[in-house]
Amino acid sequence: MEDSASVLWLLKLVYTIYVFAVMALMIWFAKGVSNPAGKPRIVKPATFYMYVGLLISVGVSIHIFTFNKIPWVETDFKRHTIEKDPSFDKSKQLFNIVVKQNKDKNSPNHGEQKFYLPQDRVNADGQLEIECGKYIVFDVVSEDLTYGFGLFRQDNTMVTQMQVVPGSRNDLMWQFHKNGTYHIQSTEYSGPKGGRHMKLTNAVVVKGCDVDDDRSMLGGK
Amino acid sequence: MGFFHTLINGFEGGLKTDGLTPMQKLTLRAVVMGVLFYGLAALEGELMRMNAVAPGLFQESHYFSIMTVHPIVGIFGSTYLIVFGAFTFLVPYLMKKPLYSIKLGNWTWIAISVGATMSWFGGAIFHYAPLYTLYWPLPVDFEQFNPIGGLVFVLGIAIIMIGTLGFIYNIFATVFYTEEGHEKRPLKPLLLSALGIDGMLNIWYKMTGREPYSKEPAVSLPVVAIFRGTIDTFLDALVILTCGVLILVYIVGDLSGAAMDYTSVNALLYKNFFWWGLDLIADGLVLIYVAGTWYLLAMLITGKKLFMQNIARAALLLELIVSWMVWSHHLLGDQGQPNLMKLLSGEMVTAFELVTQGIAIFITLVTLWSAKPLVMDNRVKFLLAGIFGFMIAIPAAILQADMGLNRILHNTQWIMFTHVHTAILIGLTMTLYAAIYTLWPLLTNNIKLYSQKLANFHFWAHLIGALGMSFFMGMSAMDGALRRYIYVDGEYNFFMIMGALCGVLILLAWLAYLFNIIMSFGVKGLLGIYTPSKLDTKDLIPAQEV
Repeated sequence: MEDSASVLWLLKLVYTIYVFAVMALMIWFAKGVSNPAGKPRIVKPATFYMYVGLLISVGVSIHIFTFNKIPWVETDFKRHTIEKDPSFDKSKQLFNIVVKQNKDKNSPNHGEQKFYLPQDRVNADGQLEIECGKYIVFDVVSEDLTYGFGLFRQDNTMVTQMQVVPGSRNDLMWQFHKNGTYHIQSTEYSGPKGGRHMKLTNAVVVKGCDVDDDRSMLGGK
Repeated sequence: MGFFHTLINGFEGGLKTDGLTPMQKLTLRAVVMGVLFYGLAALEGELMRMNAVAPGLFQESHYFSIMTVHPIVGIFGSTYLIVFGAFTFLVPYLMKKPLYSIKLGNWTWIAISVGATMSWFGGAIFHYAPLYTLYWPLPVDFEQFNPIGGLVFVLGIAIIMIGTLGFIYNIFATVFYTEEGHEKRPLKPLLLSALGIDGMLNIWYKMTGREPYSKEPAVSLPVVAIFRGTIDTFLDALVILTCGVLILVYIVGDLSGAAMDYTSVNALLYKNFFWWGLDLIADGLVLIYVAGTWYLLAMLITGKKLFMQNIARAALLLELIVSWMVWSHHLLGDQGQPNLMKLLSGEMVTAFELVTQGIAIFITLVTLWSAKPLVMDNRVKFLLAGIFGFMIAIPAAILQADMGLNRILHNTQWIMFTHVHTAILIGLTMTLYAAIYTLWPLLTNNIKLYSQKLANFHFWAHLIGALGMSFFMGMSAMDGALRRYIYVDGEYNFFMIMGALCGVLILLAWLAYLFNIIMSFGVKGLLGIYTPSKLDTKDLIPAQEV
């Protein structure tokens, strides 16, 4: 099963190759167009139409390819259906999280922005414990600003994210297929007191998988 | 000739401002001011890169206020001024008639300069920092921000938008008005041509075996692009002004002791509205203006007609419509946004930008190819670099506008550098430099450039710096580096150091360019463009230069 790390690795490779190919093309073009021995060349309209056809194919193919190869796209489309299925156990698979700003002017932490995990759902280490392979919903409510909700590995790579907009439902469904411990971070700017100050270290732990997430095991194990 | 003599008087006599027409002065004023604002934006960018290497260089509130004003200075202060200045000259030049109002043209650059400076003060002095995205209700969160700072910032933006409306009026009026002593120009062919409908009709007539609808279009192709882009500029100005007024109402409410409940504005609806408008800059006017500029440069450089010009006209109309329907790609990470909108507007229509921009690239390159061999002068090499920038930047955006990839790329440095900074620093800026070098003889009465070596250094330092910064920051994104985030534990040190070094190159490139301009014009010439013209004429260039 693909995860964000493998998808991003492929993207890194493909895009680097693409950039070098474009550089090579432009160098070739610049040399060719300024070659004193060169003669004017007319391109046939048929070449142009084939090129436009190619652009359309590429534009559409990217989305068809990712829809078929990236598992969370389908999950996102079907999340409300999956959530309504009797097999979906809200007491284990749904996590309600609140995020808000401290507006108490008398508080020493005035202005602090923070995620609040459901206290009845955390384990002894204060973590949300997630069962491998199950559909999990993070339902995050903002009581004031627009925030982001992101899960990150121990090496800081991103697992997934969504925006958290006040007055709107922010429900992210995800499946974990590897054991690991993850941080929660806001991925949206919400003022100088947000961002890095909102990080919940090791807030999510996934257990019960056959495979470990090498990038996200505490102590590298 | 001594250094100081050249510095004061310019290279080989420098810019003789007494011989400049009001139109030349108007254009030069806007462009020079835009180049200065660009330097400020580059400096701000480098300060942010340095803070990423050495966190704590700035207080966080100060850092984010720099981040807030950076795009305002860069987009409005610099790009708008250079583009508006150039188009204010080019539209009458291509239409072969005077600008509708030189006075309004002067007020336009003054308003945009004053507005950008005022917004900059809002950030620099008051640390007002809701970023350019202004996600509701952050701009009215007075728990964090000083409402006076908000007032200064928003009024600055409003003045920029009023200046923008002045530019728009002047451009549309120049296209449609009939100059004194000229036979009345009928509106219908002008309108059909300015919208590019005549190009579509020509294709249709050809397909149905008829004579072309219009053999000689009433409006030249670059003017069509400027006209179309200006429609987006107008809509964008309206949206930004509306949001500004909304924020202003809350600021005034807070200052007068009658603070209002921000939940009365739906944050998701606001975000849709705001991005619809803001995207008309990124995916509308920039792409359309750039395509038009490429077409113009290709025709001027080669002296030939544009390859597939009817298609180019039609593609510009398609691009206008596409630009109105793509905003949802900014909301792919918003779970409240309907999936159908994400799929249609966010993914599918957005993918058409690959097609429309791809067509512009192909047509420009083929037109250049049809006239080879070309001399690789400043116009050609900056133009090719600009095209190269968009060839990298546009696919990066298409990839980000994919529901699968967006889930793991949104708000990382990918979009900010692999797309935005590549598009702006390489694609747009290099195109603008190509346009400036092309207009140079017309605007300066053909004075000589002080140093070609400096121009070459500017080209390579800017290109390598911008490409390098985009590469290293893009790589950090794929390792999870977020935009709008300060990393204090050295998480991405290698990428941040390399990004900052590339930023130094960009700054050095700008300094070399500025120095070259000052030495070419001379300080006297540079200051002289801001004095009233001694020629009482509506002509674009002095009569003896024609």
